[in-house]
Amino acid sequence: MTEVLALEGITKRFGPIAANEDVTLHLDRGEVLALLGENGAGKTTLMNILFGHYAADAGEVRVMGRPLPPGRPRAAIDAGVGMVHQHFALAANLTVLDNVVLGSESLWRPRSDRTAARARLLDLSDRFGLPVDPDARVARLSVGERQRVEILKALYRDARILILDEPTAVLARPEAARLFETLRGMARGGLSVVFISHKLHEVMAGADRVAVLRGGRKVAERATADTTPAELAELMVGRRVERPVRRGRRPGAPMLVARDVRTDGLDGVSLTIRSGEILGIVGVSGNGQAALGALLSGLSPPRHGTVTLDGRDVTRHGPRDMIRAGAARIPEDRNAEGVIGEMTVWENAVLERLADFSVGGFVRQRTARRHADALIERFDLRGAASGTRTRLLSGGNIQKLIVGRGLTTDPRFLLAAQPTRGLDEGAIAAVHAALLAARDAGAAILLITEELDEALALADRMQAIVKGRLSDPVAARDADAGRLGLMMAGDWDAV
Amino acid sequence: MRFERRAHVPLHLAVAAPLGAVAAALVLAAGLIGAAGVGPLDAYAAMLRGALGSRLAVTEMLTRATPLILTGLAAATAFRARLWNIGGEGQFYLGALTTAWIGHALPLPGPVGVPVLMLCGMAAGAALLAGPAFLRLRFGVDEVVTTLLLNFVVILFVGMMIEGPLRDPLAFGWPQSVPVDGAFRLPDLVPRTRLHLGLLVAVATAGVVWLVLARTTWGLEARAAGLNPRAAAFAGVSLPATIMGVACLSGGLAGLAGAIEVMGVTGGVTTTMSPGFGYAGIVVAMLAALHPAGVVAAAVFVATVFVGADAMGRATGVPSFIADVIVALSLLTMLVALLFTTHRVRR
Repeated sequence: MTEVLALEGITKRFGPIAANEDVTLHLDRGEVLALLGENGAGKTTLMNILFGHYAADAGEVRVMGRPLPPGRPRAAIDAGVGMVHQHFALAANLTVLDNVVLGSESLWRPRSDRTAARARLLDLSDRFGLPVDPDARVARLSVGERQRVEILKALYRDARILILDEPTAVLARPEAARLFETLRGMARGGLSVVFISHKLHEVMAGADRVAVLRGGRKVAERATADTTPAELAELMVGRRVERPVRRGRRPGAPMLVARDVRTDGLDGVSLTIRSGEILGIVGVSGNGQAALGALLSGLSPPRHGTVTLDGRDVTRHGPRDMIRAGAARIPEDRNAEGVIGEMTVWENAVLERLADFSVGGFVRQRTARRHADALIERFDLRGAASGTRTRLLSGGNIQKLIVGRGLTTDPRFLLAAQPTRGLDEGAIAAVHAALLAARDAGAAILLITEELDEALALADRMQAIVKGRLSDPVAARDADAGRLGLMMAGDWDAV
Repeated sequence: MRFERRAHVPLHLAVAAPLGAVAAALVLAAGLIGAAGVGPLDAYAAMLRGALGSRLAVTEMLTRATPLILTGLAAATAFRARLWNIGGEGQFYLGALTTAWIGHALPLPGPVGVPVLMLCGMAAGAALLAGPAFLRLRFGVDEVVTTLLLNFVVILFVGMMIEGPLRDPLAFGWPQSVPVDGAFRLPDLVPRTRLHLGLLVAVATAGVVWLVLARTTWGLEARAAGLNPRAAAFAGVSLPATIMGVACLSGGLAGLAGAIEVMGVTGGVTTTMSPGFGYAGIVVAMLAALHPAGVVAAAVFVATVFVGADAMGRATGVPSFIADVIVALSLLTMLVALLFTTHRVRR
């Protein structure tokens, strides 16, 4: 095997914090390496140094044996390093072909050679099994397709080392599985791949070798054949993290009932959640989960059907009325819908229930701050004070803020849409524990998730959502991953 | 070199930013003054004398600052909620015209009529911004375009009215509207100057606007709606109601500026009564970093430049257009300064 990439003793400090400390990594030709670590472990910083976005304070990057000048992305691209960022850098109003060619041609050339570019793109797409339509506008593509365009963009620039930053963060499970198949194929074709992840199962499935980062240092390196998810989890977190376990509990009376609801995206949905019960809704993203979330948040009243909460009709309730009726919500996209990043923690903590924190139209700031302090304490928001700007918190702490603000009211009904998306193990365990505690306190919880493990761990009953319709419920004791997979595929007669 | 967001904006930076921006704008303008063949220091000295050098100069400067405080508050209120109201000029004129029209023959005693007329001017300005705000909420029409273009529509409309139905028959053919009744003229603050009660109204208004924006639930919701509309809606803030409320407040403040200018200074309306108060209000708001207290200070600065530049022109021969250049430059330097307050530079 020939070594294509070497990082030697990379150290990078931001002020007093060492984002990377003496990290050494090697990558061979035809190999898939996973970089595993929790949020903030220094994975992305390391890859940004490799790609030239940052200059390292110490250490050296070598590609094909030649040292790379620090801090120059151009040099990295020319040396054959391609990077696919977590947030895609595509122009939505241009076609796939335009996006791929963009930036690869000299500005001084009078016209671009579209025919040759198209042929090259189609050849690459064929060779690496990345089907795309060169003339489709990027705006119309799904996230999975956009990612393919990003990968092709790198390959078009003759990348021989491909770096992917959290490539599955935006993908549903089948899409993710397809991606890893593609990456394997590319490695067999002589490329080398590094992908960043904090999900154990995809590291085990997708990589040949895994390097574990913790607190900026490389703490271990294993061949995936010689390790177990449990060992990796412990290495990654530095201690044993156990997700809380659901205990049997006899559910109470029906709390939230929807009957034959039709909206844009929901086609005759009926469901019942009893008090003290978690109902899991599993499905591939884009099958109506967002519409279901919007309906039960009070954002989109249905065209047909009714919703009742504790016997009262809430079909036409807006968001604020839903909250007043005893509902709490964890939105699907915590940054776009959950919090306002530019506002402080206390402002976000009380925004849903301003009426409870005001007198005569004036905000009672002291009470609101005390409330936020209590919430920070109870839900363990690390590094936060009531006056901290929310944007500065990590994803896990923002999620704890949203969960906490919902649960401090002891809600009768909790909508939890993708509550652990993008969180690391420690935060997932905390959110799961909070959801189970709310359930045991008698809340009716609707858990919308794409993670089968999560549904199996938390839900008392499960229904699959396919094209805006719900399957019949399956009790937890009758459910397993295989059966849920069939349900998610819409194969309801087979189960 | 890269920019990184600061975790917190330290207070000393927030105060230093506008001062630094103004200094930088003056340094840049000094080049132009030098090119006109005048020593910049002499020119600026003449400017300061012209604006602050005598009792009369100070009162004249404060008279000019009065409408700027209100148009500055109008811009700051709207911008905080990310409603880009560029139509302060039009709202100013419509407020002024409405005040002159109703105030010409309002059968009320002075102390009652003055607040009534102020409310009329506010209503006119609010109505003018309500249209663009509604179009944005309903159809997604960009309010920058609609509010900006409405300025020209309003000024032409004012021209039509003062040539026609509202023409003052006693103005010897001069295009001027009928004046407000003498009972509704604002009393002078300093005898034998133009400085009038409107200044106190403007400063008090700044206090009220601060209270509303910073301390009320409505102010918090308006800010939330501007910063992240989806999350605000999710948290139960009614976006249409909030944005319309912001539009009414912002348009109303600019309309109030027009009403006070008519009652305090001009009496009637002409198409040249505003040297760009509406547009300068945007600069004032930005220099103040959208803070109501800062608006008062920034309005005094802009008024100093405007009034001082006239004196500078008389004393040194530098064209008084330099005032517009300095104000425009300070907007640009303030935008840069704001970047430095919210970000730190890293290599």
